[in-house]
Amino acid sequence: MSRVALVTGGSRGIGRAIALRLASDGHVVAINYAANRAAADDVVETITANGGTAMAVQADVGDTDAVGAMFEDVEERLGRVEILVNNAGITRDDLLLRMGPDAWDQVIETNLRSVYLCSRAAMRGMLRARWGRIISVSSISGISGNPGQANYAASKAGIIGFSKSIAREIGSRNITVNVVAPGFIETDMTEELGTEVAEEVARRVAVGRLGRPEEIAAAVGYLASDDAAYVTGQTLVVDGGLAL
Amino acid sequence: MERTEIESKLTDLLVDELGIEREDIRADAKFEEDLDVDSLGVVELLMALEDNFGVKIPDEEAEQISTVGEAIDLVEKKLNG
Repeated sequence: MSRVALVTGGSRGIGRAIALRLASDGHVVAINYAANRAAADDVVETITANGGTAMAVQADVGDTDAVGAMFEDVEERLGRVEILVNNAGITRDDLLLRMGPDAWDQVIETNLRSVYLCSRAAMRGMLRARWGRIISVSSISGISGNPGQANYAASKAGIIGFSKSIAREIGSRNITVNVVAPGFIETDMTEELGTEVAEEVARRVAVGRLGRPEEIAAAVGYLASDDAAYVTGQTLVVDGGLAL
Repeated sequence: MERTEIESKLTDLLVDELGIEREDIRADAKFEEDLDVDSLGVVELLMALEDNFGVKIPDEEAEQISTVGEAIDLVEKKLNG
């Protein structure tokens, strides 16, 4: 069944792969982006070239008014959002002693406040539909912790507690709320770490390599499907066996 | 719109959408205690009222609603000013 999906931070990396996956599963996809219009348009073009339907929508997902406007726009053009993928995320890594309040606030706002704002905005439509999927992208950092990522790890752990609470609130209405926690995935975000770190990580991964964005998208595709109707409040770790 | 009309529409919504017995619905019936509608059910009912009557019920006003009569009062106020 074709549904309307909204992927935050859908223009690059894992978000792009998720948008492409949901489109290939037959869904109509809204791709939210913060600044990179060209990248978002490219995802839309890729989807339409393959016979799908998609749109790009700009919004700072940590901003209340911007999120409201984004949902209005998407619902007017595509219809009620029944699959929400909270994927938008940033890093501002530093040791805690050097981490200023701005680095803390920016990460919490973009990574965690956005999940609250978007989930809340999507919930009315899902309640009306008596069907919904809220899937948020966390990180292995939020489960195991990671030096230099106190802010990022806090935001990603926050997503897990949030999702469990909402899963209990709205489970009776056929709305499931789950989390996918990627390990080290080959994206622009992990590329910043350099090849030495990547090689070191690959040695610690049971599967022996970094993950691909499509491998996270496959987990999201499953959780968004009718097959996953009895799975809620869960965190699916997709890390190649890094944190065992 | 007449109050009786609002009342009968609201009754239909409670019966059809929330599966409440028609004879249990009275103006002083409390949604949560008397009709066994959970807090999410009350939110859904208010959303259904918005859709059916074309009114907008802000969250602050929605929080004040605990009985069937209060819900009718609010819709009547919104419709007739």
